[in-house]
Amino acid sequence: MASPARLPFEEDIHELESLLLALELKSAKELSASEEILRIRKELARIKRLKYANLSAWETVLVSRHGDRPQTMDYIRMVFEDFTEIHGDRAFGDDRALRCGFARLGEHKLMVIGHQKGHTLQERQECMYGCAHPEGYRKAMRAMTLAAKFRLPVLCMIDTPGAFPGIGSEERGIAQLIADSLLQMATLPTPIFCVVIGEGGSGGALGIGIGDRVAMLEHAYYSVISPEGCAGILWKAATELTRPLAAEALRLTSRHCLRNGVIDEVLPEPLGGAHRDPREMANTLKNWALRSIRETGRPDTTDLIDKRFAKFRTMGVFREAGNGSTQASGLSAG
Amino acid sequence: MTQPQRQPIEPDSGRAVSGRPKRGVPEGLWLKCPGCKATVFRKDSEDSFNICPECQYHFYLPAEARIRQMLDEESFEEWDSHLMPCDPLEFKDRIPYKDRLESEQARTRMPDAAVTGRGYIRGRQVVVGITDFAFMAGSMGSVVGEKLCRAVEAATRLRLPLIIISGSGGGARMQEGILSLMQMAKVSAALGRFGKAGGLYISVLTNPTMGGVAASFALQGDITLAEPGALIGFAGKRTIWNTVRLELPEGFQTSEFLLQHGFVDRIVHRRDLRTEVARLIDYCAR
Repeated sequence: MASPARLPFEEDIHELESLLLALELKSAKELSASEEILRIRKELARIKRLKYANLSAWETVLVSRHGDRPQTMDYIRMVFEDFTEIHGDRAFGDDRALRCGFARLGEHKLMVIGHQKGHTLQERQECMYGCAHPEGYRKAMRAMTLAAKFRLPVLCMIDTPGAFPGIGSEERGIAQLIADSLLQMATLPTPIFCVVIGEGGSGGALGIGIGDRVAMLEHAYYSVISPEGCAGILWKAATELTRPLAAEALRLTSRHCLRNGVIDEVLPEPLGGAHRDPREMANTLKNWALRSIRETGRPDTTDLIDKRFAKFRTMGVFREAGNGSTQASGLSAG
Repeated sequence: MTQPQRQPIEPDSGRAVSGRPKRGVPEGLWLKCPGCKATVFRKDSEDSFNICPECQYHFYLPAEARIRQMLDEESFEEWDSHLMPCDPLEFKDRIPYKDRLESEQARTRMPDAAVTGRGYIRGRQVVVGITDFAFMAGSMGSVVGEKLCRAVEAATRLRLPLIIISGSGGGARMQEGILSLMQMAKVSAALGRFGKAGGLYISVLTNPTMGGVAASFALQGDITLAEPGALIGFAGKRTIWNTVRLELPEGFQTSEFLLQHGFVDRIVHRRDLRTEVARLIDYCAR
């Protein structure tokens, strides 16, 4: 689901933006407005900076779902060259919620995999709002096998509210396919880089989320369950009141995920969110991808898989009674 | 969050709580069978593998009873029982997770939802992991993930067959947030290495096996067995309803449904589980 184009907490920003626009139109004719324009621009930047530095968890979820926020296919257009999509899982069909294909990034060749939610209503319906079916994960697995065979690094862009919860999805084994995908990714003999670009919802996100490096865009979220799902279970109903409570409780922001040791890096977003400047966001993502590929190089595959295992092996927080020590991933507990 | 609470909010662990009947969880002297609605003398069912003598409905089986039924007498050696859950997110719905943990621990006399260790099945040495529905619906948080991961690693090291019996209605545990989701990755990665090392993993699905548990270790076995009539799937009834507004057909997401759709190797009556597992171990012995 997409957030409305006007986020509820952005009223003052929108007000100033329309005022600025009016002044700018006017100043095209006369020069005198320019000082006022400068002042408003400055004020606007200040408000955006302040607001976006202090988004609540639920506001973050809304930003991550913004209809204009760049999605996998947008990044593919802006970051990569010669994208060559591959279709179909060779068993059932072609899931439009998960896209796979070869792409070039500078001198590098890679396999790109990502959830696509769609911008227009028609596209969204075709993509099931980014909720993939079993055939999507089977296709992604095919793409990864292909990448490993020809030693191409894999780049996964995660942006889904969750795997599709429906009758067909269950009949065709969504749990089985996510389980298969996790198993394959854990031992795939080629580098995998993952980035949560919008929604990192549950098993559907993790299904393409085991990587040697995992990053998150600043205002993306990554969670065991959607705030709606959590509110529906723990608070019995997902309402205007309970969704923000669930979002807060789940600690799903990039800051929390970094602190909990679940991701390696947070990629900063342009002022006021990725949807305000997709180009700049694409540039940041591109630099991250280039840096990740360069720093990983062409490692020995056994070594690569061992390190990948070691990375996920330490995740979790528990206590060893008796010796009193607490094991914790990340920096949060101790 | 700054929004004031304007209406009372009912918390729910995702598990049956008092006031609602606990599906398949025996209490008291008599049991009402959810399968055939017959009233069953509890002792009778317990003497026959916790199964309804009338209709063969498989009642909930606690981990400790499961061990007694599956493994050779006195052969079980428990591992890592000292691992205790924490509250890394300081999670709170209306009941803080910390309090919930304490009450679950007091009620079940288990530190968390998994029991792991080593034992013998008809003389064959195996590593066993069990998730117990009684503890927060058998959901997987850091302790369950860590225990299973250690069990898989031990099976790899000792070159023993691995049996994991899942009874997890809750999937990944919400109260540990993203860390629970990562347990799926962690256990999967350990199983991946175990598989590459040639280990045999038999997964046994019991009622219920849902969500993140189904979408990870429960469906990563070399062989997948299921008890009859178990609920197995990814999205729960409520989630499907909330999303697509469809009522699920009769028998949807049962063991039989999964067998029919090609996701389960064999449906095995609880009485035969020991024998079946022992036979499979012999076929796959290295």
